[in-house]
Amino acid sequence: MNATAAELGLLACGTCGLLSRAPAAPGAACPRCHARLAFRKPGSIGHCWAYLVAAMALYVPANTLPIMHTSSLFGSSEDTILSGVLFLWESGSWVLALIVFLASIVIPLVKIIALAVLAASVQLGWRARRGERARLYRLVESIGRWSMLDIFVVALLVALVQLTALAAVRAGPAAPAFGAVVVLTMAAAQSFDPRLIWDGERPAA
Amino acid sequence: MVNGPPPERIPEALPAPKAGRSFPLVWVVPAVALAIGAWLAVSSWLDHGPVVEIHFGTAEGLQAGKTRIKYKDVDVGHIGAISLAADLTGVVATAHLSKGADKLLVEDTRFWVVRPRISGSTVSGLQTLLSGTYVAVDVGKSTQRRRLFIGLEQPPAFTTDAPGRQLALRSEDIGSLDIGSPVYYRRLQVGQVAAYALEGDGKAVKVTVFVNAPYDRFVTAASRFWHASGVDLALDAEGVRVKTESLVSLAVGGIAFDTPLDEAEPASIPPDMVFELHRSQARANKNPDRLADSYVLVFNQSVRGLQPGAPVDFRGIVVGEVAAIHTQYDPQNERISIPVEIRVYPERFTSRLRGGAPKAGRLGKDGKFVARLVERGLRAQLRTASLLTGQLYVALDFFPDAPRASLDLAQSPPELPTTASALEDLHTTLVGMAGNFNRTLQTLDALVKRLDTELAPEARATLAEMRKALAETTKTMGDASRTFASAEKSLAPDSALFGELQDAAREFARTAQSLRTLADYLERNPQALLRGKSADAQ
Repeated sequence: MNATAAELGLLACGTCGLLSRAPAAPGAACPRCHARLAFRKPGSIGHCWAYLVAAMALYVPANTLPIMHTSSLFGSSEDTILSGVLFLWESGSWVLALIVFLASIVIPLVKIIALAVLAASVQLGWRARRGERARLYRLVESIGRWSMLDIFVVALLVALVQLTALAAVRAGPAAPAFGAVVVLTMAAAQSFDPRLIWDGERPAA
Repeated sequence: MVNGPPPERIPEALPAPKAGRSFPLVWVVPAVALAIGAWLAVSSWLDHGPVVEIHFGTAEGLQAGKTRIKYKDVDVGHIGAISLAADLTGVVATAHLSKGADKLLVEDTRFWVVRPRISGSTVSGLQTLLSGTYVAVDVGKSTQRRRLFIGLEQPPAFTTDAPGRQLALRSEDIGSLDIGSPVYYRRLQVGQVAAYALEGDGKAVKVTVFVNAPYDRFVTAASRFWHASGVDLALDAEGVRVKTESLVSLAVGGIAFDTPLDEAEPASIPPDMVFELHRSQARANKNPDRLADSYVLVFNQSVRGLQPGAPVDFRGIVVGEVAAIHTQYDPQNERISIPVEIRVYPERFTSRLRGGAPKAGRLGKDGKFVARLVERGLRAQLRTASLLTGQLYVALDFFPDAPRASLDLAQSPPELPTTASALEDLHTTLVGMAGNFNRTLQTLDALVKRLDTELAPEARATLAEMRKALAETTKTMGDASRTFASAEKSLAPDSALFGELQDAAREFARTAQSLRTLADYLERNPQALLRGKSADAQ
């Protein structure tokens, strides 16, 4: 038999970890560090959805608009993430192409879909596969920062390749969009309260 | 039961009443994101210009998604995709042009691929060696919109907005011209060959040239064009001539033109005018001959050195040319003759007439006039133009002493009587002289032989006689010597003559002495000349 802290009327401080009893009135703060306390993250699902919608809205321009303008003595070109991947693939750097493809296209998409599935499952009160969903959440949280690879590359190139006359690299409109997608998915993952997955679990008889 | 610490040991959380918020602020984030996404989408859609299709013969150097489209070196788009044409005769490049490029896409806009090109006269597109090829645009002047274009295989020699004038020339052959070959006016390059194509009937080549402003105003309807291709090496009746327009045209050919200055007012060029592209400047500058009469000349001499095209000359003025040289066998007389067909341009006799005479045309109404001239002695004659090259030309002149002949007007073309040429006369004379000389030599030979056989013995006898005569002479000389000796004897000191001579000499000496005495006295006493000898002196 197991019971949740919420069922017992206990609150855990997310900041300092102190356990405290919930007051009668709604709204509580940690008696030790004065951080705001709640049984579940307030508006967790709503926040998660808000960030996810924003991320989805920006995912499209991030992948269709050019992320980088390269202009040199010999002409200029614009590259989207996908054209960069294709270029790497065609020039034989398959490993690099695969890494960029995974980090820049697949992982953000997987994150968005995974979080959407988690949020939807909680909202609809799914009871099946709680363990898998918890693993999925842990995975999403851990791979979040990898996706910034592209932004690092673009930022480095923009800073380094500034030989005004000979060549210049400028970040395209997709770069901030892409950065925003990564940040928003991280925020969505952060705002999702994994404890919600387990709520409503009937104690095993 | 719950295991763990009793609830009373767990501290009570502090009450922190929440300010009730009706609207969760977090939804601002997706709203902003959607707005940004929408704005990006709209702006990129707005940035998207028209998409056109361009047909090229080959996709050499073109790269889908990479190759840029440039107008005046400004990026106006790129090639998005390349695919084979449906009939496999070429490729179709889908060109994405930037926003606002709509006005570039008119009916006569031209696209071509800029690749490195090295031809005789021009080197272009070298920058594409490093940057890769690109597609260049020349915007037309039409207002008709178009979405499908045929790309040019060769870059156009001039762009639509280049000021100048395009002219159509018609030439027998292309010579050594190529696209980009220079066009010269007074040896100044003023344009270039833009295009050429064989005419529909295959009988001539149509050459399109472009003359740049401001030189295009020197082209009028009266302008003459000629090939300035390479070296104009002419070997004709006027000798060897080498002529070239410039070193560039030597290598790649060219076209030169000139406009006669005597045009009263420059006639404007009709839009569909086609100029004749002449083979040489000399031909271009000829007055166009509208009338031509053919005659046949029969020469009874060699026509070596006479070529079709050789001039027909009337007292130094070229009035026609040799059209053809035939041979003819007359089976009745069993004679071979060489009829030479000539073309005479009667206008050349008349065009320089002054006064009320017609500016051009025939001298007489019909051939009877020529027949009268023949009766007055008009004859054709072969003359040597150059002893060095042996080139012949036909001269027309009056030979009043020539045997009578007449022009048979029924014959077509009529036969103009000929007379033996001066050279032929000279030749005959020379041959005759050679024969005479030969005979003279033979006579001389015989003479020498006779001298040898008949005269030599006599000469030997004469020599003996002479030797005898010499001996006689020696004897005579001895006699003469003796005569001189006797003369010497008569002048010896003991001879009477010598004694008398001595006396005479002595007398002369004395006379001289007394004269000297007189002279001395007179010098001392000059008055003696007036007064006579003084007493003192006596």
